[in-house]
Amino acid sequence: MKETKQMSVSAIQNGTVIDHVPASNLFKVIQILGLDRIDNQITFGTNLESKKLGRKAIIKISGVFFEDKDINRIALVAPDAKLNIIKDYEVVEKKVVEVPDNIIGIAKCMNPKCITNFESVTTRFRVVSKKNVALKCHYCEKITNQENLQII
Amino acid sequence: MKNRSLVSIDDFSTEEILKILDLTKEFEKQPIRKLLAGKVIATLFFEPSTRTRLSFESAINRLGGKIVGFADASSSSVSKGETLNDTIRTVSNYCDLIVMRHPMEGSARFASEIATVPVINAGDGANQHPSQTLLDLYSIRKTQGKLDNLNIFMVGDLKYGRTVHSLMMAMSRWNTTFNFISPEELKMPDEFKLYLDNLGLKYYEHNDFTDIISRADIIYMTRVQKERFSDPIEYEKVKNVYVLRNSMLKNTKPNMRILHPLPRVNEIHQDVDNNPKAYYFEQALNGVYTRQAILCSLLGIK
Ligand SMILES: [Zn+2]
Repeated sequence: MKETKQMSVSAIQNGTVIDHVPASNLFKVIQILGLDRIDNQITFGTNLESKKLGRKAIIKISGVFFEDKDINRIALVAPDAKLNIIKDYEVVEKKVVEVPDNIIGIAKCMNPKCITNFESVTTRFRVVSKKNVALKCHYCEKITNQENLQII
Repeated sequence: MKNRSLVSIDDFSTEEILKILDLTKEFEKQPIRKLLAGKVIATLFFEPSTRTRLSFESAINRLGGKIVGFADASSSSVSKGETLNDTIRTVSNYCDLIVMRHPMEGSARFASEIATVPVINAGDGANQHPSQTLLDLYSIRKTQGKLDNLNIFMVGDLKYGRTVHSLMMAMSRWNTTFNFISPEELKMPDEFKLYLDNLGLKYYEHNDFTDIISRADIIYMTRVQKERFSDPIEYEKVKNVYVLRNSMLKNTKPNMRILHPLPRVNEIHQDVDNNPKAYYFEQALNGVYTRQAILCSLLGIK
């Protein structure tokens, strides 16, 4: 069953498959991982049916293997993402993403009076809730939550 | 505490807070001491706050320090478009410590990260104003002889009042019971109540306080500002409910004291001023001693 689902986007020989990305956040994931700036072959499918997410997206990146700390950066926009590490057309490892304890330089502080929205400051947040993501700004100390989360 | 910055009251442990309060007591006994001789303190007020600035400058002068700086952004290079980053890096070269007030929230934390000298946050927008919190703590401890197990009434604008939020968070370290008295529109925000819930501390919310005033150890008054109301009629309805009058103080505890961060408008009637329970002017004086203690602690002089 699983195999046939994944076939809706063509298979890769070596690389990473990121599955269960919410379709609406596909391009945010691409942006956070910098996939729009690399030369590797990338295929993606979006608006695929998913029991859990409604509509999901899959990204297949040929020849790229992510470090945990890099891949966890997408947890804000794709908390249910599952990674399959592919070697020689076989899934050799499966990973899930985890919301990190600190978010640096990805999210925008929702407080219009926050200094990070005026000066060139790298944003920094402490994750105060991982389930319904809530981020406490290191600077203005205000909470940015899932509904008003904007990716820089 | 040497070379640390004071951005938020939470930056300091309970032990460190008590150390500053003890030092404040020393300065109250003997305020004029040349401990800052040869030191230059920058007071950068990107928005005007005469009261806070004068209190800091008085503290610095009494310690024999010299002051450089500006009282509002229009008289500084900021009006020429300089970034905060550049101002702080430059001014760091000219002084031993920076006292800063800035309208943007988080500006003090940012400044403390780029400055090469300690930074005291004298107010960053609606966020923090820790020297005010410390002087409030000092005033409470001085009048009550302790900080533990007190019943604190906070009255007025509890929604936007940065001072009451910081004081509430700080006092939550000492098993305080809180009574929040405010109009419906200006209630204590949920995030702060949640904070108290998590600590298991008791708090009560009221729209009026005439019936319960006899329970208070401290009444902390704040200004209810007309511009905070979406409906001006609502303001007219409640504006007199949150005014403290001398006649209301009859059945209050003998140890009870009234605090106010000042400036007051009309929320404390002038007939209260001569009541020995009125403490707001002494509270302002305590601010000078508290700031002397903060300056000397961060400079490692005391
Ligand atoms: Zn912020």
